[in-house]
Amino acid sequence: MADVIWTTLKLASLTTVLLLVLATPLAWWLARQKVWWKEIIAAVAALPIVLPPTVLGFYLLLLLAPSSPLMELLQPFGIQSLAFTFPGLLIGSMVYSLPFAVQPIRNGFEAMGDRPMEVAATLRATPLNAFFTVAVPQARRGFLTAAVLVFAHTVGEFGVVLMIGGGVPGQTEVISVKLYQLVESLQFGEAHRLAAGLLIFSFVVLLTMFLTERRARKTAP
Amino acid sequence: MSGVDDRKGIQAEFDGLLGRFRLKVSLTIPPKGITALVGPSGAGKTSLLRAIAGLTRLPGRVMMDGEVWQEGRRFVPVHQRTLGMVFQESSLLSHLSVKDNLLFGYRRASGPKTMRLAEVVPLLGLEPLIGRSTDNLSGGERQRVALGRALLSQPRLLLMDEPLSSLDAQSRDDILPFLEALHRTLSIPVLYVSHDAEEVARLADHVVTLNAGQIVGTLQPATPDPLSPLTPDQIRDLARQALEAGIKPNPSAR
Repeated sequence: MADVIWTTLKLASLTTVLLLVLATPLAWWLARQKVWWKEIIAAVAALPIVLPPTVLGFYLLLLLAPSSPLMELLQPFGIQSLAFTFPGLLIGSMVYSLPFAVQPIRNGFEAMGDRPMEVAATLRATPLNAFFTVAVPQARRGFLTAAVLVFAHTVGEFGVVLMIGGGVPGQTEVISVKLYQLVESLQFGEAHRLAAGLLIFSFVVLLTMFLTERRARKTAP
Repeated sequence: MSGVDDRKGIQAEFDGLLGRFRLKVSLTIPPKGITALVGPSGAGKTSLLRAIAGLTRLPGRVMMDGEVWQEGRRFVPVHQRTLGMVFQESSLLSHLSVKDNLLFGYRRASGPKTMRLAEVVPLLGLEPLIGRSTDNLSGGERQRVALGRALLSQPRLLLMDEPLSSLDAQSRDDILPFLEALHRTLSIPVLYVSHDAEEVARLADHVVTLNAGQIVGTLQPATPDPLSPLTPDQIRDLARQALEAGIKPNPSAR
């Protein structure tokens, strides 16, 4: 059981950290660009919200399976397949949770408006310096929401992790998949403990987020 | 030769469109004193200020003390133009304290520091605010902090975009004496956008009037009145002496 929880927490933490790093430039670009066609990119990035996880999982599986175009590109580096591996699971989780990172961060940047960056520029801050010392702190609530949503969403995902991960014990077996297997084999006692644990965990995460947001709102301008 | 270096101060020329609005101006700002930029709403005052700062890109030319800020394809980005700007509405960085707002530009400014916190704080009466967060500051206090912050970035040009227009009458009355004190102390050119006649009368050395994107008038500084330090009795004595010496009043003088 411990390895299942460990795999789940490792997956959720890595997904959160990597996705915040990767989603931030995209969110910044979407928030600052004035061209209309940026919404096409925004819609593509938001697709995982509406697609059934199994559809997403299916296409990701095709992409990460041996002899896919992507895997053929990676073959010179000694990578044959990423299906049913932890790195593959991580990639799948990141794609699946992408909109949960992009949207709140984009909202945070948009809510800030153009003025703080203009102010920073008139105070000698280079664009990069202004991004890190003004834009990121100003949009901190967006980052917090993104981090909590991505983490919680990854812990709770099922369809994608089952399709890509396959529930390999010790490698890609996460709580939600384990729960399904327990119910299938009629181990309701175990299933109860895992389900209740997940329920309490999710509640605590959301409550923490709401309380932190509340505090942030009080100190915001 | 006039003896005055005519490359000193700001020369700005723009001719370009902002949407349907055309800004076509040629402006010289003397190297010292407050130049008020006045005109009706929509005249292009803010656009001109933003174009000089480099916040809005318009075809034209900007020279600062002989240094090119914009010419042809050359466009020095805002953060490399040594200017300070005070915006119309409060623009304090809400994630920083008053002190960190004040020091934001100071820490990033290169070269020798002529404006120091220890001088700017008393000049603008910021002593009671320095340890506070930016929450719960009044409008006047916020603009004083924004002004101090701009000064501490060691600008060679100060741009002020209707800094008092969003304030109530009381806050405006509170801050004007600080601006007057600043006027006496500051040795850099200030371009001050306003549509308030009292502000202009109290602060400006030069007045430039803008209308529909064009300069329609400039008022050069009045020559200092040689009689102003004299008492009425002394002036009457002078007048009597002049008359006795046979000097006639100039009929063309108003």
